[in-house]
Amino acid sequence: MTASLLLTGLVAVPWLGALLLGVAGSLPARAARSLAVLASASTLVFGVLLLARFDPSLAGLFVEERVPWIRSLGIDYHLGLDGMGLLFVLLTGILGPLALVTTLRRATRVRAAGAWFLLLQGSALGVFVALDFFPWFICWELSLVPAFFLIRGWGGAHAGTAAYRFVVFTLAGSAGLLLAFAALYAATGTMNFTDLARLRAAGELAGKLGALGAWTPVLVFLGVLVGLGVKAPLFPFHAWMPATYAEAPAGVSMFLTGVMSKMGVYGFFRLLWPIFPEELRAYAGPLLVMALGGVVLGALAALRSGNLRHMLAYSSLNHVSYCLLALFAVAGAGPADGVAVESALVGALLQAFNHGLSASALFFVAGVLEQRSGGDSDFARFGGVRNAAPRFALLAGVALFSSLGLPGLNGFVGEFLIFRGVFALQPLAAAVATVALLVTAIFLLSFWQRVFHGPRSGAVAGSFADLDAAEWRVLGPLVVLMILLGVAPQLLAGLINPLAMSWAASLTLP
Amino acid sequence: MMLPASQLWLIPALPLVAAVVGAAAPRTARRLPVVLALVAILGSFLLSLAALFGALAAPAAKLTANFTWFLAGSTPVRLGWLLDPLGAIMSVLVCAVSVLVFVFSTAYLREDPRIGRFFTCLSLFVAAMLGLLVANSLLLLLLCWELVGLASYLLIGFWFERPAAAAAAKKAFVTTRLGDLGFLLGLLWLFHATGSSLFYDGGAGVLEAGALERLAATVLPGGWTAATGIGLLLFAGAVGKSGQFPLHVWLPDAMEGPTPVSALIHAATMVAAGVFLVARVFPLMAADQGLAAVPVHALTAVAVVGSITALLGAALAVAQTDIKRVLAYSTVSQLGYMMLAVGVGAWVAAVFHLITHACFKALLFLGSGSVIHAAHHEQDSRRLGGLAGRMRFTYVTFLLGTGALIGLPLVFSGFWSKEAVLHAAELWPVSQLPFLAGLAGVVLTAFYMTRLVCETFLSRARSEGAEHAQESPRAMTLPLAVLAVASICAGWIGTPAWPWLQSQLTGAPVAAHGWSDGLGLMVLSTVLVGVGIAAGWWMYGRRPRVDARALDPLAQRWPRVFAALAARLWFDEWYAATFGRLLRGAAALAAWLERWVWGGVVGLTGRIAETTGEVNRAIDEDGLNTGFDRASDGLRHSAQRYARGQTGDVQGYLRAVVVGLAVLALLLIWGGVR
Repeated sequence: MTASLLLTGLVAVPWLGALLLGVAGSLPARAARSLAVLASASTLVFGVLLLARFDPSLAGLFVEERVPWIRSLGIDYHLGLDGMGLLFVLLTGILGPLALVTTLRRATRVRAAGAWFLLLQGSALGVFVALDFFPWFICWELSLVPAFFLIRGWGGAHAGTAAYRFVVFTLAGSAGLLLAFAALYAATGTMNFTDLARLRAAGELAGKLGALGAWTPVLVFLGVLVGLGVKAPLFPFHAWMPATYAEAPAGVSMFLTGVMSKMGVYGFFRLLWPIFPEELRAYAGPLLVMALGGVVLGALAALRSGNLRHMLAYSSLNHVSYCLLALFAVAGAGPADGVAVESALVGALLQAFNHGLSASALFFVAGVLEQRSGGDSDFARFGGVRNAAPRFALLAGVALFSSLGLPGLNGFVGEFLIFRGVFALQPLAAAVATVALLVTAIFLLSFWQRVFHGPRSGAVAGSFADLDAAEWRVLGPLVVLMILLGVAPQLLAGLINPLAMSWAASLTLP
Repeated sequence: MMLPASQLWLIPALPLVAAVVGAAAPRTARRLPVVLALVAILGSFLLSLAALFGALAAPAAKLTANFTWFLAGSTPVRLGWLLDPLGAIMSVLVCAVSVLVFVFSTAYLREDPRIGRFFTCLSLFVAAMLGLLVANSLLLLLLCWELVGLASYLLIGFWFERPAAAAAAKKAFVTTRLGDLGFLLGLLWLFHATGSSLFYDGGAGVLEAGALERLAATVLPGGWTAATGIGLLLFAGAVGKSGQFPLHVWLPDAMEGPTPVSALIHAATMVAAGVFLVARVFPLMAADQGLAAVPVHALTAVAVVGSITALLGAALAVAQTDIKRVLAYSTVSQLGYMMLAVGVGAWVAAVFHLITHACFKALLFLGSGSVIHAAHHEQDSRRLGGLAGRMRFTYVTFLLGTGALIGLPLVFSGFWSKEAVLHAAELWPVSQLPFLAGLAGVVLTAFYMTRLVCETFLSRARSEGAEHAQESPRAMTLPLAVLAVASICAGWIGTPAWPWLQSQLTGAPVAAHGWSDGLGLMVLSTVLVGVGIAAGWWMYGRRPRVDARALDPLAQRWPRVFAALAARLWFDEWYAATFGRLLRGAAALAAWLERWVWGGVVGLTGRIAETTGEVNRAIDEDGLNTGFDRASDGLRHSAQRYARGQTGDVQGYLRAVVVGLAVLALLLIWGGVR
């Protein structure tokens, strides 16, 4: 197997699985489930195979496939992977199967759910490996379709409205993205990320865009910004998120927060920053304020939530905003202290990965609570879960403290590096953001006190089962990873250090 | 045997392993975590002794073993272990107190079904504390610091089914985290300014001359220096952890934990961490001392906070009725003394007092635990009484602990360490206020402890629990005996005649200065102790309480003062009304923005899409087919139709997206291939 086929296979196998599930109408539910899990787990296998090929001495792509695709339009079938892409592929490989298993566990219409999910997973992977806008955008948009049907078909009581808003809002963002790249194409004749970045580095891009009109560069930048910002989400483009995360089935929420929101973060690093560094620097001030808004207001809104899903949605906004805060601080700084820049960038990517683990785990916890209580995850319905289900409480507690940023668990490392970098670049922003650390502790521990501590009450008063074997298999690996990556962050940092160094070097050059 | 610095990690590692194995052990295994915890802490104790021998062999040498944790970009994030007398003595102390508390706990929690879990948490607690002591990096110290916070959260909330315990655990964690934000910012600033977080690194560490000079030379607007700023921020962390004013409010609530936990938290671990931190980074705290332009020196702030805390804690202890709460406020006050000592520059005296306090406060807490255990969990001193005869051993050891705490002259350890603190305060050139606060605290301490002893042990039993009290089992009285001996002897290591501790900690010989210097102070404080005891005895001992509901003599005389003190000066209420309300308001604002502004954008986007779709449909179907009347009719119709239209529309749209993309892709591939 050649390297290039690895990338194609990475994306194609889940899609193939989706196709098989889609056409095999008479497949029994059990077999359908196994097939879906296998196809989903293939990502992890491909991820490990790719990891084996990773070359730490290389900052750029270590696997690449590029063949001309549509010559008339100058579009290439261009897939490639660097350390950052690999990071997100591995995240998808870990979370994909776990989220799929959770989605299918008690689902009706297993075949359909499995097919939609695999389509979603393949699309997300496509986003992480595609380097030409055309295939990239197909995957980006295609991910909406299965997400919509999964939310609407398997979600909660108000899933229809939530799914509708999710799609409309995200599509509105995508429209900006599409128009922006249409303009880029018109100006340069290419939609290839690496080519565009090269043009920018040579200083030709601004002139070419400017030829289309004085405001074109800014409008194009804003188009891309909004398109990515909705997905990540960047405050205040996050408004679709709480209802969506609350109404989606637990497994799908795991994937949405764990992987799909990272598509947005990834886009910021892959598209926005390399192609529009000047614009990013020019608007760094307002953007920094927006990211800070997400950090602080996200945490405060979470404090007001009386429902676990809502709280986790806002908590996700808070955590993802740290990644963007780091990026904007770096982009705004220009040539600056290399240590701070590297720290912020490494921290941002670690945070993206680690948030994926802990947020998914917590959405799974919400799913377990809802399944046991037969309803939603309002705090008022629970009390004393730790007494009823001590093992569940132990694992959920690790996830909680990981999200809270406790040293020794994965969440701390990314946040610490972000704070270290941002403090050096934008000390005031770092100081304001620390407030959110306190608020995060308050809302997470308040939830814990209400739901897990105290006497058994509400849905917990009667029988309340501890984790069963299948649930262990989902939460167990996540918790092990949280501890492992908290103690040995080098496992992940090794993947992105070369990139961070080259980025910092390009920044410190005049 | 000596333990080299590179092996220091073994000291915290042993209890950590015990904690991990205990956490993974099946819940039915009650004995395994207990045995493991005991073995591990004994092992750590022996290793600490070995480390201490190594440290004493060369007290001035900072023996380090640094290593790279991971690389962030090209920059290594380095941690390390540090072997010096301060860390080694503290390790021995923590291990020794822990061994006794562990032994005590085996009896105290014998009946608890979750005793295994309890020892697992205890092991984690001690492991984190020991890691903190031997860390050679502020980052590693912060890491362990937070783990101490986690362990205390688990232990304070050990009886988590009780709402009060669950609330107290959260309060402790959140309040200390408030201080930790300062710690974090201080660490970040230090990192930024020096590029390192290692204390000692062959000349490149942050506590070594080069970095300190740079920090003191970095002048900020207003005459502040980086050293002052960092020092104050780090001190904020210590304020939270060590229960200093104004963040002292969590400490008394932490009494909700099982009593052995209180002993551990209040004696050698947790609250000691804050004092240890400022002692550890003392060179940094003192770096701005020589600069006249600095408005407030970092150490001055420490001295002020320490003085307020010393006085405030002692005053609040006067009006408490729960024995554990009296002791808790006593801890607050004594920690104030330690901070005061650091503030006036005598960090060695602070550590000395930390050591003696660990011994006698552990004794007093375990003694109170013995009482509570015997009196069937009655801990209101008004409802106890008459225990002197029933629990003679506990009574005698409790008296010895009391003698050490109030500083009865010459014999008791507390006397010597408190003398060292007061002596330093007296010589402080900046102000005499800390000294006066310290002296006032001496009177109050003698007073509230006399009150506590009289109420708890004298007169007759005033509840059923107290009536049936019997002396506690051997596993509980043995630790009391050991600690009682330590409460006396621990003072001998730092007397003016033989300042061994001072010499070891500073790494330079400190001359014995005989009795003449400071004799006046000794006499003065002895008199003050006498005044406190006499006042306490006059009010509570002369005619001891016979009725549990009788009004406190102090309340009879000064009802307003007593009520204010009993209400803890309304700190909690005041914080709830200010900080709590501010936070709730901010959260409400955030939620309002979510609902009406950002959420409104979503609603609007959706509405626009709906309307566009509906108008389109109307024009298509109605406008073109049947005319304007039907169209306006259709638009006027109910929301239900909209809703049906919505979802249908999106599905259709999405289907169109898929089909369109597929067709487009096929066309383009076809076109491209050609």
